[in-house]
Amino acid sequence: MNETTLHTEGLRLGYGSRTVVDGVSVRIPPGRITMVVGPNACGKSTFLRGLARLLGPVAGAVYLDGKDICSLPSRQVATRLGILPQSPIAPEGITVVDLVGRGRHPHQGWFRQWTPADDEAVAAALAATGTLELAERPVDELSGGQRQRVWIAMALAQRTDILLLDEPTTYLDVAHQVEVLDLLADLNASEGTTVVAVLHDLNLACRYADHLLAMKDGRVVAEGPPADVVDERTVTELFAMPCRVIEDPVSGTPLVVPVGRHHVRKTAADAPASASSGPR
Amino acid sequence: MTCAPPDAVRSVARARGRGAARVRAVSAALALAVLAMFTLSLCVGDYPIGLGDLIASLTARGTPAVDYVVHRLRLPRAELAVLVGVAFGLAGTIFQQVVRNPLASPDVIGVASGASVGAIALIALAGVSGPPLAAGALAGALLTAAAIYLLAWRRGVTGHRLALVGVGVAAGLNGVVSFFLTRTDVKVAAEGLLWLTGSLYGRADHVAPLAAAMAVLVPAAFLLGRSLRALQLGDDSARGLGVDAERRRRALLLVAVALTGAATAAAGPVAFVAFVSGPIAARLTRGAPGLLPAALVGALVTVTADFAAQHLIPGAQVTVGVVTGAVGAPYLLWLLAVADRGGRRR
Repeated sequence: MNETTLHTEGLRLGYGSRTVVDGVSVRIPPGRITMVVGPNACGKSTFLRGLARLLGPVAGAVYLDGKDICSLPSRQVATRLGILPQSPIAPEGITVVDLVGRGRHPHQGWFRQWTPADDEAVAAALAATGTLELAERPVDELSGGQRQRVWIAMALAQRTDILLLDEPTTYLDVAHQVEVLDLLADLNASEGTTVVAVLHDLNLACRYADHLLAMKDGRVVAEGPPADVVDERTVTELFAMPCRVIEDPVSGTPLVVPVGRHHVRKTAADAPASASSGPR
Repeated sequence: MTCAPPDAVRSVARARGRGAARVRAVSAALALAVLAMFTLSLCVGDYPIGLGDLIASLTARGTPAVDYVVHRLRLPRAELAVLVGVAFGLAGTIFQQVVRNPLASPDVIGVASGASVGAIALIALAGVSGPPLAAGALAGALLTAAAIYLLAWRRGVTGHRLALVGVGVAAGLNGVVSFFLTRTDVKVAAEGLLWLTGSLYGRADHVAPLAAAMAVLVPAAFLLGRSLRALQLGDDSARGLGVDAERRRRALLLVAVALTGAATAAAGPVAFVAFVSGPIAARLTRGAPGLLPAALVGALVTVTADFAAQHLIPGAQVTVGVVTGAVGAPYLLWLLAVADRGGRRR
């Protein structure tokens, strides 16, 4: 089972003089799915880039298996921790099998070239993401959903214990979003891979996460299982938006129903007595 | 995940094998074509030499007349064409792939212009000619590349900013070249101008220095070039795959700049060879090109262009740079017409 641990201590990240993430100390539960949620510009993507050592800390540190991730050789880190950035670039004309094969880069050295083990890892990644039949197609020609699955396949081919994903469902329709999240859940269940994903959709995050990190203004304001973290008050504070939280009829996890200024039913019978942040 | 179905593994191995086989086949065909053009340029000329005589001469059994034409006149020129072509082909592809922009080849973004300024300055100010020009060209290329990199730097370097800054720098440097030419003696200026159009004529003494430089630079390019596969996916992906993107990019660009400087010193800035080699190789291999096909395309383009320059117009010889310029300029216009702001094809 997966023993690789990832935690941060007093992590502060920024660009130039602007601090984006300020003093975050968290432990990512190994072998579980962690979702990072929060409003726009709360620093969640920057936090993920910091976790993946794509951005060096201004203060504090990220620890992989107890060692400062910036002190470890980058290639060695890449065999244990993989990252799918928000907008990766596919070179023009590249085929799916070539792209996914590049996930094997950290396992190859100056002298160790392509081996049958690499073919095996690529085939397994393609099979797991349902992209095997696309193997020889150029990535340019794929639909958004297919392309996202191919990128995830590349991350899977890297065969790491920890997989970080920055908004893996952006630009996908709801069916493809669920498909991608199911894929991550499968991976977590079958391999014990630790998954950390930044997700916009709070409800899907609640459904798929074992552990939720809620961020606001560069800080983690709440963390824990979704059922413990997500209540009306927390969500209202987090997003500065009144809402109601009900039980997701499908999964039994919290379901956030936003309350805007329009289209709110006026009848008193519909408003539960406990609604603390209903329409005024 | 731990085990994939065996037929899936087989089909992946097959798909990968087909891609690799295509690259091998294209490379072999290109190598044969280079060899054919090389041989042709040794045989054809005012003093035609048959294949038998050529082989005899190359194996040290030739007649003095044939030996003179082959070893003194034609062989150095053909060798130089191949070396220069390989150097420009590699340098151009490395630039284009590292910067992820087809416009960002050293002859378009001013690195070759920097080499020209270095060499012309030596010609005009110090009266230097021959192999010592390499020092000036190399210094010019390195300084220019460093200047472009720093000017384009804004918390990292992006492709289109580097290309734009480079095109601006190239324009400025071409002005400097003109300045030197107008300020010197007509005879010196004529020599400088000939060098500037990119010529392989009478450059026999440049072969050995260029070969020596490339004996170091070409293996370095191929070794470092392996991380191009990761760098092409963007900096974040490359770092995620364990490649120190910034450092590796600088090392690759340094090698490419040195190749540009060395080749420019030997033959002048042979227009557009660096610019077209990578894209042609990509078309032939259908996908992201390796360095080997691009290097071979560079050699083939240069040898063929030099052959055309010597023999295409009867009675009139033009320089190799005129031919490659005539072919490369329309391609540049086409690319500018179809490329978007990021330099990718629409």
